[in-house]
Amino acid sequence: MFSRLVFVGLVFAGLALWPLVAGAYGLDLVIKIMIAAIFALSLELLVGATGLVCFGQAAFFGIGAYAAALLMARFDGAALWWLLPAAVLCAGLYALAVGALSLRTRGVYFIMVTLAFAQMAYYVVHDTPLGGGTDGIYLPGVPTAPLDLGKPLVFYGLTLASLALVFGVLGLLLRSPFGRALAGIKANEQRMRATGFSTYPYKLAAFAVSGAIAGLAGFLFAVKDGFVNPELLAWHQSGSVLIMIILGGLGHLRGALIGAFALALLEEFFKSEAVWGSFAKHWHLGLGLTIILSAALLPKGLVGIPQLWRDRLEARGE
Amino acid sequence: MDFASFLIQCLNALQYGLLLFLVASGLTLIFGIMGVINLAHGSFYMIGAYMAYALAPIVESTFGGGFFSTLVVGLVLSVLLGYLLEWAFFSFLYEREHLQQVLMTYGLILVFEELRSILVDDQVHGVAVPPLLAGSLPLGELMSYPVYRLFVSGVCLLLAAGMYLVLTRTRLGMMIRAGASNREMVQSLGIDIKFLYRLVFAAGVAIAVLAGMVAAPVSSVYPGMGNTVLIVCFVVVVIGGIGSIRGALLAALLIGIVDTFGKVLLPSAAGVLVYVLMALILLWRPDGLFKVA
Amino acid sequence: MSEVLLRCERLTRRWGGIVAVNEVSLALASGEVHAVIGTNGAGKSTLINLLSGEIAPSAGVVELLGQDVSAWSQPRRARAGLGRSYQRNTIYPGFSVFENCRLAAQARRPRAWRWWQSALACEQTNEAARAAAQRAGLTDLLDRSAGLLSHGQKRQLEIAMCLATAPRVLLLDEPLAGMGAEETERMLALLAELRAGQAMLLVEHDMDAVFRIADRITVMVNGAVIASGAPDAVRANADVQAAYLGGH
Repeated sequence: MFSRLVFVGLVFAGLALWPLVAGAYGLDLVIKIMIAAIFALSLELLVGATGLVCFGQAAFFGIGAYAAALLMARFDGAALWWLLPAAVLCAGLYALAVGALSLRTRGVYFIMVTLAFAQMAYYVVHDTPLGGGTDGIYLPGVPTAPLDLGKPLVFYGLTLASLALVFGVLGLLLRSPFGRALAGIKANEQRMRATGFSTYPYKLAAFAVSGAIAGLAGFLFAVKDGFVNPELLAWHQSGSVLIMIILGGLGHLRGALIGAFALALLEEFFKSEAVWGSFAKHWHLGLGLTIILSAALLPKGLVGIPQLWRDRLEARGE
Repeated sequence: MDFASFLIQCLNALQYGLLLFLVASGLTLIFGIMGVINLAHGSFYMIGAYMAYALAPIVESTFGGGFFSTLVVGLVLSVLLGYLLEWAFFSFLYEREHLQQVLMTYGLILVFEELRSILVDDQVHGVAVPPLLAGSLPLGELMSYPVYRLFVSGVCLLLAAGMYLVLTRTRLGMMIRAGASNREMVQSLGIDIKFLYRLVFAAGVAIAVLAGMVAAPVSSVYPGMGNTVLIVCFVVVVIGGIGSIRGALLAALLIGIVDTFGKVLLPSAAGVLVYVLMALILLWRPDGLFKVA
Repeated sequence: MSEVLLRCERLTRRWGGIVAVNEVSLALASGEVHAVIGTNGAGKSTLINLLSGEIAPSAGVVELLGQDVSAWSQPRRARAGLGRSYQRNTIYPGFSVFENCRLAAQARRPRAWRWWQSALACEQTNEAARAAAQRAGLTDLLDRSAGLLSHGQKRQLEIAMCLATAPRVLLLDEPLAGMGAEETERMLALLAELRAGQAMLLVEHDMDAVFRIADRITVMVNGAVIASGAPDAVRANADVQAAYLGGH
């Protein structure tokens, strides 16, 4: 337990100190990773903590992003203090609606229904004038009040604060009665109901919170890139974030962190021409093989490595 | 819409639906019998299409064969591929948890995509319709329908009929159907489960590859085609009910109709319609149309 | 006359053309152990599911503590004082025995809104959990991971989790399933202790156990009740003998 806190503490300390050593590229990369980590944490709440495998998380991410773009286009000089909550709220509301309908199904069917609702959102922004179509929308600038997000350091600070906040809140949430109830639902929903828990409201609440957090990530992403397009809601995004948390390790918040970092760093590694020369354009190959290997060798994800080490040392000690 | 146009759309719907059914049937069997979620199944379809493109010149120069020879060569290769893949990779997935299978087969998609990129390329290609089937069937005064598309539907129907016969009339088929509804029972009956799995897997791969090869002249060959077909196939499998071939056929045809007519009647909503359909069906029947016990 | 805690009247459940439970009426009084026996397929499981609220009746009424709960969901009935154990364990294998009981007890005081507070901060819930574990004889095993318990201990935990919600009525589905002689003795002793102030409905196949512990026995065949009464009367009943010996 203590070692986990130390690990997380080190990670955040490292992130806080990173701007001192990083150049513009490094800063940009880590901002991207932190946004991915927030996205991953949102899904971890559903998949790892509650056992609800949602394959439509990209929709909430994309809605947060599009809300940013559309609201900024509509309201000149929009201030961050209402813009951000508004985007988060939009995503959360859609998640509430999707959850209300999807939670009637179970297992693989639940997975597919969540996908269906994400695809619906995708096609709305892809095919209707609402979302600006396949070309996407450029944001008319960045929010400058009260924080000037045009400055990289300021934006880095906001992203880091958001990540820390989400991590902290989820940490508290998962050890609270609500979080324990989610764990019980994941372990054996039948028993939870037999004991007197109405499980539907709990699952729905988790769904809405998860969607809201994903919307936060989407908002940050939109502001960072200055551009949103329908691909943000594509099922590849939903798949990618699922891969992140499985790779990192399900059932642990830091697994989401680790997975986001690992996937991004692996991508950077395999894309590096310094290492691979002209073969670097086939970086999917290296990434794919690494994913296969880690799934084969690390059934509990990267988070399980310390335990594997301990088991191996113990076995050797006998 | 006049009658000829309507007929054309019906035939298109049928052709698309049947193609989907072919690919989806492999997926539903593999999931139903072996309990493996295989995200890479769409890649087999893509492999088939690219094979149709890449093998054609090789087959032609080696023994002067045309489209049909390419099909045969492709089929043989795909059975080999399926057999090897099952032995080297998928057999390790049976005991794993679903999400681990998701992770591993996702990695496999990436590997296949890059192998294709390395061995062939990343371009969009057309594949020529074989001269024998290049004509058009006249429908009414102004319209005609390409013979090749009818051929595609024909091949799919033939394969579907073959599958039906094997599944319902042979002992092997009986074991497969039993395996789809109760895996443990089949194992405890002492049937050589390893062989059965390998066979089913290789067949699933071969059918998907064949579907890709046959579809190539119609849909052209492009890098993302595997993923596009994959997601629709999952929808088919889920609507139809996991493990049910009958369900996959009905669902595929339904989707064929909704998608084809949707594109014509409501082009801006066409993309969504399939998913709306799925959501509606699942909210009515949460276990799909034909739940296999 | 003891208070009637659970009652059902002409409870019926049809699946398509089959009548799984056919106009079953029974009453459970406080302090009573009422066993329901019958051959396989007699409808006992369906009856328990109807009483617990997992399935809705096609006809008939279920009354809990004087209230008509026929339309109530299972969680709602559980909160009103109806506990249920299952034939196959529904414990949480990854948690400790204490956490299993605590989570069950939490149902009484959900406190779902206090997201910032640890679940362990509610001392009342913790106490209820410890008390339930103690009644079930699991005090020494509180820190053990539930997945590592023996089968008998798991069945005890299953009961403990029911007790953690302080129910007035307990529905026990084959609590002795898969138990050896010693474990059965322990469980029967436990069940005997639990009667005070509660009513118990027991579905069981172990006839010796049933005749030892039950105050009343109801016999079901093909969904209908063919006999109901004190153990001796039931044992002597001609219909019952025919059903068990006549090869149903």
